[in-house]
Amino acid sequence: MAPTTIARGKNRQYEMLVIGTSLGGLNALQTILSGIPATFSLPIVVVQHRHKTSDHVLASALQRTSALPIRDADDKEKVVPGRVFLAPADYHLMVAAGRFVLSVDEPVHFSRPSIDVLFESAADEYDDRVIGLLLTGANRDGASGLRKIKENGGVALVQDPETAEAPAMPRAGIEETNVDRILPLSKIAPFIVRRYGRK
Amino acid sequence: MDTTLAGTNAKLDDLESLEIDLLMQAIYRHYGFDFRDYAYPSLKRRIWKRVTEEHLKTVSALQDKILRDRGCMERLLLDVSINVTSMFRDPTFYAAFRAKVVPLLRTYPFIRIWHAGCSTGEEVYSMAILLTEEGLYDRCRIYATDMNETVLVKAKEGIFKLSGMQENTANYLQAGGKLSFSEYYTAKYDYALFRPALREHVVFAQHNLATDSSFNTFNVIVCRNVLIYFNVTLQERVQKLFLESLESLGLLCLGKKESLRFQSVESCYSTLDDKEKLYRRTSREPACLPSGV
Repeated sequence: MAPTTIARGKNRQYEMLVIGTSLGGLNALQTILSGIPATFSLPIVVVQHRHKTSDHVLASALQRTSALPIRDADDKEKVVPGRVFLAPADYHLMVAAGRFVLSVDEPVHFSRPSIDVLFESAADEYDDRVIGLLLTGANRDGASGLRKIKENGGVALVQDPETAEAPAMPRAGIEETNVDRILPLSKIAPFIVRRYGRK
Repeated sequence: MDTTLAGTNAKLDDLESLEIDLLMQAIYRHYGFDFRDYAYPSLKRRIWKRVTEEHLKTVSALQDKILRDRGCMERLLLDVSINVTSMFRDPTFYAAFRAKVVPLLRTYPFIRIWHAGCSTGEEVYSMAILLTEEGLYDRCRIYATDMNETVLVKAKEGIFKLSGMQENTANYLQAGGKLSFSEYYTAKYDYALFRPALREHVVFAQHNLATDSSFNTFNVIVCRNVLIYFNVTLQERVQKLFLESLESLGLLCLGKKESLRFQSVESCYSTLDDKEKLYRRTSREPACLPSGV
């Protein structure tokens, strides 16, 4: 394996927080997003495995307890900090040139949207300036995407499987990657805000 | 320019984007297919799928093979042009089309529809079924185009996997279907053969949105989940092409997550249904045309 990029230390400017989750995700996302203030300085991009006809229900459910504006991403919409963008039902979500890119390609790990697809593309776009967070879920989607983030020099965070409704997904993340932090659900938002919340 | 040879992962990514860039140039110059303004992340995934399936290791190796082996080019073309779709995909779109577009179309003696990027035709047959049920089909001509001749051959046949019919039927009913969906096809082995009458007024033709120009004017243009594969530059080009190709008060139907919001042509349309992305061309006054049209 080639050496990772030269560490930029604590002065590194992060550009995106990507979150992936499946079974049990609604609860976990509510806990985390309700703990992040409106002044948070990064865009937060979320893949939650969802039914393909689920529409705007997820955004409204999360919006109720969050100070950040939350919505499904549109194709070629500009990435804006301080907002939460959700992968729309039945589309993969990626980023390029500061905009969101959607696709209806085959499901990955039986999932569309797929966490790996988002994580890999964020790692491509932002190199070491991306933070990946893998939460509760019952399959292995996201594990290889998290590895790619870490390989590019970014940060890999995982929910402590002990605190996850479905531990398989965070476990897979820990197996595949030498993650930076394994955090209990209740500590995730405080950690993120403290470490990455300000410019 | 970095002069050290030690590669980092970030630099490997740079190398990869260089290789993809060169591959696109090579394909354009050798075969004339222009993917240079396709959206990078989705294109990249499709290219890697092809690299893997050809048992190769790098994008450069794929370039070598594609330039010498036409079959390999055709396989990549299929990767890029086949959309994973079903009949009546997004049933709410078809329901909205019935409720809001059909009444407008009833006032026309003759209706020309352009279905751009029709891939294997599932959504063309869906539209033909809808128009038949609304009693409009005999007045319609649907021009179904795609850049890839192979998918057009499939679309012309109207033979789809029987295994998909359960989902298709559910979609059809949600879309406001008026009959039993099975009346539209005959099951044979593992396939569903759709009624030839459904393609009686369909013209299948090759047309490349990235390189070809307008070929007619239409009352309706349907182009769903095709533009998401293009970058902003190419989307802009195609939107101008659509604008030129729409009759006054013609209708533009985009995919659920595609919108005119980021396009310069936005001011030339009024919104008929925001959620289902149905737009209506306001007029053909030159004043509404953005510069360069």
